[in-house]
Amino acid sequence: MSGIPHDHYEPKTRGEKWVESRLPVIGLLYNTIMIPTPKNLNWMWIWGIVLAFCLGLQIVTGIVLVMHYTPHVDMAFASIEHIMRDVNGGYMLRYLHANGASLFFVAVYAHIFRGLYYGSYKAPREITWIIGMLIYLCMMATGFLGYVLPWGQMSFWGATVITGLFGAIPFVGESLQTWLLGGPAVDNATLNRFFSLHYLLPFVIAGLVIVHIWAFHTTGNNNPTGVEVRRGSKAEADKDTVPFWPYYIIKDFLALAVILAIFFAIVGFMPNYLGHPDNYIEANPLATPSHIVPEWYYLPFYAILRAFTSEVWVVIALNWITGGIVTAKFFGVLAMFGAILVMALVPWLDTSSVRSGRYRPMFKWWFWLLVLDFIFLMWLGSQPAAEPYATFSLIGATYWFAYFLVILPILGVIEKPLPQPETIEQDFDEHYAPKTGGTKTVGTPAE
Amino acid sequence: MFKKLALTAATALTLAAGGAFAAGEEGHVEDFDFSFEGPFGSYDQMQLQRGLQVYTEICSSCHGLQYVPLRTLSDEGGPGLPEDQVRAYAQQNFQVFDAEEDDFRAATPTDHFPANDSVGAPDLSLMAKSRAGFHGPHGTGINQIIYGMGGPEYIASILTGYTGEELEQAGTVLYENHAFPSGYIGMPPPLAEGQVEYQDGTEASVEQMAKDVSAFLMWAAEPKMMARKSVGFVGVLFLVVLSVLLYLTNKRIWAPLKGKKTPA
Repeated sequence: MSGIPHDHYEPKTRGEKWVESRLPVIGLLYNTIMIPTPKNLNWMWIWGIVLAFCLGLQIVTGIVLVMHYTPHVDMAFASIEHIMRDVNGGYMLRYLHANGASLFFVAVYAHIFRGLYYGSYKAPREITWIIGMLIYLCMMATGFLGYVLPWGQMSFWGATVITGLFGAIPFVGESLQTWLLGGPAVDNATLNRFFSLHYLLPFVIAGLVIVHIWAFHTTGNNNPTGVEVRRGSKAEADKDTVPFWPYYIIKDFLALAVILAIFFAIVGFMPNYLGHPDNYIEANPLATPSHIVPEWYYLPFYAILRAFTSEVWVVIALNWITGGIVTAKFFGVLAMFGAILVMALVPWLDTSSVRSGRYRPMFKWWFWLLVLDFIFLMWLGSQPAAEPYATFSLIGATYWFAYFLVILPILGVIEKPLPQPETIEQDFDEHYAPKTGGTKTVGTPAE
Repeated sequence: MFKKLALTAATALTLAAGGAFAAGEEGHVEDFDFSFEGPFGSYDQMQLQRGLQVYTEICSSCHGLQYVPLRTLSDEGGPGLPEDQVRAYAQQNFQVFDAEEDDFRAATPTDHFPANDSVGAPDLSLMAKSRAGFHGPHGTGINQIIYGMGGPEYIASILTGYTGEELEQAGTVLYENHAFPSGYIGMPPPLAEGQVEYQDGTEASVEQMAKDVSAFLMWAAEPKMMARKSVGFVGVLFLVVLSVLLYLTNKRIWAPLKGKKTPA
């Protein structure tokens, strides 16, 4: 599967030959698990396994939860309490599922920012990156749909606000919103279709994950140096790589076990910390909560959505140019989706020929500022829509766009990168002196 | 890189969760001590029984508890009443509407506590989870990591937060309460010194009753808390052991490839 030269699977027993000649599934599995992987990957390369685990966890707990849940406006809230009180281990299933979503997003953000720092999106890994962004979008949609199902106050009002965004689209918005909701307002029809889609999307994600893995198994993994694995011969490639099993599977499992220990502490000791108390009040269309706050993982983009009020000059200008078609609300929607779009387009916005941020002295600063900006926006998203938060949000949103649209294109031209190692082996040996022989030479034939 | 990101992720979580509640005008919530706070905290069975008594004799006249099955009063990790007592308790205190008989009958342990909408008072089944008590320090929400979300503190603060002042607004009387977000609450002060006679001889001060009923309502909202904590404890312990084993395995697997780590 991978372009890196490696051993191929040879069926040995009669049984293996029988299967392999009809469906080469054992070979596929072998090539996937034994794929040559750069041997200098650091601990930021463990999030993929965490994400795969999260998807599995959410699907398994979700399927059992569905067995006890009732998607009806009069019964949904009570059925959650039934799960919490009457179903064997139901409280654990639900808390695992609810907090599992948070772990999923912690991991995906770490995974995305790792990619941004080490230039994992650059050629030839653009498709991996784009598929990853699609997965992220599906995760956002799934998380939102799932949050509506308990039919608490935040479920209901969150759904009202978010579907209202579609209503801001000119001309078709109102019909689109009605179509999404299945009626004029969030009601039973909405709950039913959200339930259906919440069950569907994880399987779409699973499909995309397979394509995501397929894509980077074709190009090979990126690594902290951004230097490609040598592919001249198998002997050469072997100096830069180790097989995924057992080296990285064990390492990834170690990371997963540590992360899950923290996760179980949260689920066991403070399962409601990341939720909102208002969602333990049944949905009431007649009583609006004083502050409608989305889940923490949407907050940065929620802040961008709210940053562009009708007083911002770009909004006023665009409103005037388009003759009032682009309202402030629609501008906010465009900005929110635009914030993700610019991230998806980063393979073509970053003009630097150097992949890894490790060798980009100026880039580093801007990158960490982006991470801070992300956290800043997250905090702002949880604050009321008032001053000074509105101005702060605007500053944060501006930096987000500037990073992708201005800074990255310019940096590639003006920045003088640091020298990169010739090979992955050299980078690895700089950290760990070679054990045998004692000589620290690079590229000596035969180990 | 990893350390930095892990740290920033942790900060972000704290900020986001804390920030979610920092908004809005808040009443003053007293930090009462409860036996069930923290990872090792557990419900005090006697306190839950006293709280049940306060709920039954005082709160239940206006507030329902519709999601709580009566049978769970005998559950482990709860008030732990013997089954025959639960049966007697249900029969003596509550009438439920039976659709089959088309009439009211005495409640049995298989029924839930009845809903109560007689004066429009909110149901208390989840009250202890649907309110966040405190958010500090400085709105970061770090307190909540240590003491929990503060729902029971909120309830106890409301019950002890009356100042005695009243305000008449559009024909209804509101009572000043410094724990309630708007400062004035529709519920008249429900507790008075010595209003219930505790069977275990505990003195029934207003604060004692407030704390007892808050603890009971926390149990009503989260009846499986003790089981959940022990699952969490076993889970963490197991995963820590697994982590150690995987650490050693990982070290051994990589050993042939890695020589001594050279200072970077």
